Amino acid sequence: MTALTTAVELSYWQQTLLRTVGVLAAVLLPAGTLVYVFLFKMMSFMQSRLGPMEAGPYGSMQLLAEVGKWIQKEDIVPWRADRKLFALAPYIIVLSVFMTYVVVPFGPDAWFANLDVGVFFVLAVSSVSVLGILIAGWASANKYSLLGGLRAAGQLIAYELPMVLAVVGVVIQAGTLNMQGIVAAQHEGEIFGLGVIGNPFIITQAIGFFIFLIAMQAELTQAPFDMPIAESELVSGYMTEYSGMRFLLFFIAEFAGAGAFAAVAATLFLGGWALPGVDLDADVMNVLGPIVLLVKILVVSFLVFWVRFTYPRFREDQLQQLAWKVLIPLSLVNILATMVLKVAF
Amino acid sequence: MTAITERQQLLYAERTAAEVRVNVELETDEGMTLNIGPQHPATHGTLRIIAKLDGEQVVWADVAPGYMHRGYEKLTEVRTYPQVTTLVNRIDWLGSFANEVPFILAAEELMEIEAPPRARHIRTILFEMARLANIVLFLGDLGVQLGAVTPAFFAFRDREHVLDQIEAVTGGRFHPNFDRIGGLKDDLPKGWIADTKAVMVRIRGFCDEIEALLFGNEIFETRTRGVGVIPASVALSYGLSGANLRASGVDWDLRRDGGIAGLAHGDVDWRVWTHPDGDSFARCWVRLQETREATKIIDQLCDGLPGGPIMAKVPRIIKVPAGEAYVETENPLGAMGYYVVSKGDVGPFRVKIRSASFSNVSVVPWLLRGVYVPDIITILASLYFILGDIDR
Repeated sequence: MTALTTAVELSYWQQTLLRTVGVLAAVLLPAGTLVYVFLFKMMSFMQSRLGPMEAGPYGSMQLLAEVGKWIQKEDIVPWRADRKLFALAPYIIVLSVFMTYVVVPFGPDAWFANLDVGVFFVLAVSSVSVLGILIAGWASANKYSLLGGLRAAGQLIAYELPMVLAVVGVVIQAGTLNMQGIVAAQHEGEIFGLGVIGNPFIITQAIGFFIFLIAMQAELTQAPFDMPIAESELVSGYMTEYSGMRFLLFFIAEFAGAGAFAAVAATLFLGGWALPGVDLDADVMNVLGPIVLLVKILVVSFLVFWVRFTYPRFREDQLQQLAWKVLIPLSLVNILATMVLKVAF
Repeated sequence: MTAITERQQLLYAERTAAEVRVNVELETDEGMTLNIGPQHPATHGTLRIIAKLDGEQVVWADVAPGYMHRGYEKLTEVRTYPQVTTLVNRIDWLGSFANEVPFILAAEELMEIEAPPRARHIRTILFEMARLANIVLFLGDLGVQLGAVTPAFFAFRDREHVLDQIEAVTGGRFHPNFDRIGGLKDDLPKGWIADTKAVMVRIRGFCDEIEALLFGNEIFETRTRGVGVIPASVALSYGLSGANLRASGVDWDLRRDGGIAGLAHGDVDWRVWTHPDGDSFARCWVRLQETREATKIIDQLCDGLPGGPIMAKVPRIIKVPAGEAYVETENPLGAMGYYVVSKGDVGPFRVKIRSASFSNVSVVPWLLRGVYVPDIITILASLYFILGDIDR
């Protein structure tokens, strides 16, 4: 997994350039797709309306129009705000999302960074966004923002734990923290001697996947865990005072974050970029892999957004109860069972 | 939840009563004052709630209404009787027709006129239609307040059909101005009854949908059960009415107990729903059942519609003989009454409007003691007020 075996030999700076451009595409492309497919269209169909229809065929250019609108808008900073921190906060959140994508592999050679501690890295950088949210909440000099920021901090810290514990089961089964290694383990594994579709960990780690999905929903602050934003209570939570370009960054972070977590879930539980029956080192997978992963991202995000558009939200204390009293014990039991079975087989 | 004593509450009230100003600084020593409203997405209007918070917990809260006061009571004094209905339409703007009814009934009582049976029946149908238009939106809005966006769109979709039916009769979607002293302005259009029955089926379908989507949802239950409990004695002492009162277990409905001659509720078979719990869930549940009950009332009235004129003999220029009358009806939001004082002129001398929401909201400071911020929204949503009905 360590050596580069691309068909065309590229020098180091060329590879670096490719990866820098690639990570931009990898973040923005799924994010845009999610916004259009789920936020614009699926939500509309669920609510018996059509959604955007005017910009481009079936409103497909709506997002570009929106981005254009946001860029043109006046950049308002509240009078009492801490200007430097206020400007910094959205970048921290976007940075955290970009960093999450860095270790997600898209093919045998299509990766941005192949860290041996990939899973650990993902879980670490994904929680950096809390910092940005907290800063945004504090620097806005708005009571609603402050409440939203503090709620977000409490919530994201509480749900970081079940997420980590859910992933531990996968790591035990794969025997590696490397994301490529986890993909390979799922591709080459077999269940009860049947290796036709490999062994995607969703089958053996179903509880882990379920917990990961819930924790992911909470990390992304999507309903039913959207108390930090809670528009009917806190106006718009930590985003209340943001406008124009800075709001756009929050918006990108929200949907790119959904894409990033879905990509991680797809890699850890659904077999990642690998196609069953196709050799892992085949060069064609460098092209097919990203497509396979995008499809899986869409499947996982569908679940996320389906729940988001249907459910009412929890109260802050009920959310904490769910995390500490249900999810964490459940994931601990899951780890225990995985360890016992790992030793037994 | 730490118990907050009566004495502590009074202390806070004393200390912060003067603080009806927007303050930006954070007072950390004794909590933070949060102004919810007048512009806030949860108040659907311009209600302002001043809440003193300790973390996420409300220590003390007060309601500051009046941002949309339009002086209707005073304006009625310079209008003639038929003109007043246009005005009072705007009090509870979601169930407009129901606002006209008690005023017209009070005027009829003073003039000793009785509307013919057909007019009374159609009046009752429209009265219940106003209830549907109002409460269907409540059921959808409930979702939005608790964080689920989708039910609101279903509500707007299905309410549109009710409004279409109201428009077909009266010509106005929101403000019909259709009720007249001694009857109604017009008869029903052709084919209206069949259409209405189809709409009633649709509304019952909507109720089932909402029941499955919201009331059967565990998160909805945990958010509403045991939140904002109003015991029956408190409900009565604050003068609550409508579904808020019935949800506290008080079996009182003016449609049944009011003995109102001008409406035809006595001619049909329906029941009054109550709930023993008195919490937010009970209030929402009672309203859901009442929506179903209203469709049944409309169905039965459409079946048994009597023939005959729709207007009693009324002089062309209406002069109401001197006297005083008070008529109260069970409007979508609760008991609404008009106290009309006439000095024998073409317009009323003085009108006092008793609107349901004003009394219903008066319980809010009592209810909000010690609850969490998200529960403020649940409680306000379940109490269900229309700003126009508070401020008039």
